[in-house]
Amino acid sequence: MVTTTEAAPATMKPESNGVVIDCDIKELHYGTFKAVRDTRIPIQKGTITAFIGPSGCGKSTVLRCLNRMNDLVRGFRFQGHVHFRGKDIYHPGIDPVAVRRHIGMVFQQPNPFAMSIYRNVTFGLRLNGFKGDKAERVEQALRGAALWDEVKDKLHKSGLSLSGGQQQRLCIARAIVTEPAVLLMDEPCSALDPIATRKIEELMVELKKRFTIAIVTHNLQQAQRVADKTGFLYVDTTQGGRTGYLVEFGDTKQIFDDPHEQYTQEYIRGKFG
Amino acid sequence: MDEQKVLFHNRSLDPQPAVEVDATELEKSLRRPRSLFSYLLSFVTTALTLLALVPLFSVVYMLFVRGGHKLTVACFTQLPPAAFEEGGGFGNAILGTLVMVGISALIAVPVGVLAAVFLAEIGPNTRLAQVVRFAAKLLSGFPSILAGVFAYGAVVMLTGGFSAIAGGIALSLLMVPIVILTAEDSIRRVPARMREAAIGMGATPTQTICRVLLPTAMPGILTGVMLGIARAAGETAPLLFTALFSNYWLINGMKPLMAHPAATLSGALTQPAASLAVLIYNFSSSPFENQQEMAWAAALVLVLLVLATNLIGQSFSKRNVTD
Repeated sequence: MVTTTEAAPATMKPESNGVVIDCDIKELHYGTFKAVRDTRIPIQKGTITAFIGPSGCGKSTVLRCLNRMNDLVRGFRFQGHVHFRGKDIYHPGIDPVAVRRHIGMVFQQPNPFAMSIYRNVTFGLRLNGFKGDKAERVEQALRGAALWDEVKDKLHKSGLSLSGGQQQRLCIARAIVTEPAVLLMDEPCSALDPIATRKIEELMVELKKRFTIAIVTHNLQQAQRVADKTGFLYVDTTQGGRTGYLVEFGDTKQIFDDPHEQYTQEYIRGKFG
Repeated sequence: MDEQKVLFHNRSLDPQPAVEVDATELEKSLRRPRSLFSYLLSFVTTALTLLALVPLFSVVYMLFVRGGHKLTVACFTQLPPAAFEEGGGFGNAILGTLVMVGISALIAVPVGVLAAVFLAEIGPNTRLAQVVRFAAKLLSGFPSILAGVFAYGAVVMLTGGFSAIAGGIALSLLMVPIVILTAEDSIRRVPARMREAAIGMGATPTQTICRVLLPTAMPGILTGVMLGIARAAGETAPLLFTALFSNYWLINGMKPLMAHPAATLSGALTQPAASLAVLIYNFSSSPFENQQEMAWAAALVLVLLVLATNLIGQSFSKRNVTD
């Protein structure tokens, strides 16, 4: 039983420069609305990369580009490239479904299915036609998401019966059970209380040993606490409309202690008063 | 300040007493016109609500009084009585109704649910979806006799005779729109975050639909199916043109069924078939008392069948979705 808590071997092949996803957005439109421009963010293996910035700056849009969730939005157009393991995931020959199986996602609102806890976690396994020992993988994933002890006696209760924080950890378990290379988290704590938030943050630091993580957060302290790299996005209103773009990207420490750009400085200082 | 003083001064000089709120004014009382009106309106709305229940309960009451005593085991096992015959039952009509409703469900459920998947998920804003949605709404208010006329022209004329299959097809025309509209609605009601969760995990569109949307929407879809079945079971007009009626069982005993199952079944479904609704229609206008009483008993059975179907449908819609 103890062995299952041990980290499973990493699923990724090492990249030459350690960059798992190289995201370069030239222009991104929703219909006629230009949502994001000129944003280049390399995401390094085994790190947590945070996207910060004011509301409407396109942080979530950029994150959702990384596993083509924006394809669901009508009128979405993308210019640029997102290289994942050396392949541009926006190339017409790429299957977005396959991309999403390697780049998992955790959403702002906990979104477990109306199924039992067990079936929620095995969902991804069943999608992939997994034939092995599901129970073992479920335990492993739930332990990985620091939820096992709380739910081990009620695996067949509905996932919706859990508290908000537990639901979010269930969603994390559901995302990691298939061992994706990258985990995208879109403000995963904004719907949670501080205690649940703290648990998820500790979990993220634990998870980065096995998965590369990209996170969008409104909470600057959260970015400081967990992220290795931070990208600051801002809204450009000069060209008409509100277009988000990357102002600065670097080590979290540098972004917070010694930001090069004036906008970054103002944003971070403003927040801290 | 001065103004206030003046006002105060004036009031104290005023012969009329200062305005005071009488606490009893706040209470409801029949002596006041406004209160009385309010009571009256409450009474009228309650009475009218109860009035709406009168037809249903009086019909059910009548059916129990007139048909209840005739309801015996024989009703379910015997064939309809001929003109001067005593006793008898309507077992063949119950079976015929079940078979024809079954045929219509076999057609309407797959067509309806798949169409609903298209409308809700695959092309919700396409021209085709708009046309289909409009057609379904139109069809759900379609006079049922026209469904019968259509099936008469399309099936009876072509196959050369009245049959249980033609009856089932006519009924399915009435079921399809109900299934489409309720199923589309319940698929749309699946929270968007569950769709996103599935897609975000790398589920293909097929997997998203089959493993998340349909299971989550299932209670609503089943409710729609049950509503459709309940409607189809009670229809008379479409069957008059398609299945007609028969005084005999669809299959004559178990022996031929055992010997030649396929031939017997296809033979059974391609000949005129009895149904509860048509039996009630025929016997209620009969001059023979025994047949009239049969009509009452059959009506009771039909109402109970429809009621049971509706209750089952409701229990689906209330059921909590878990594993």
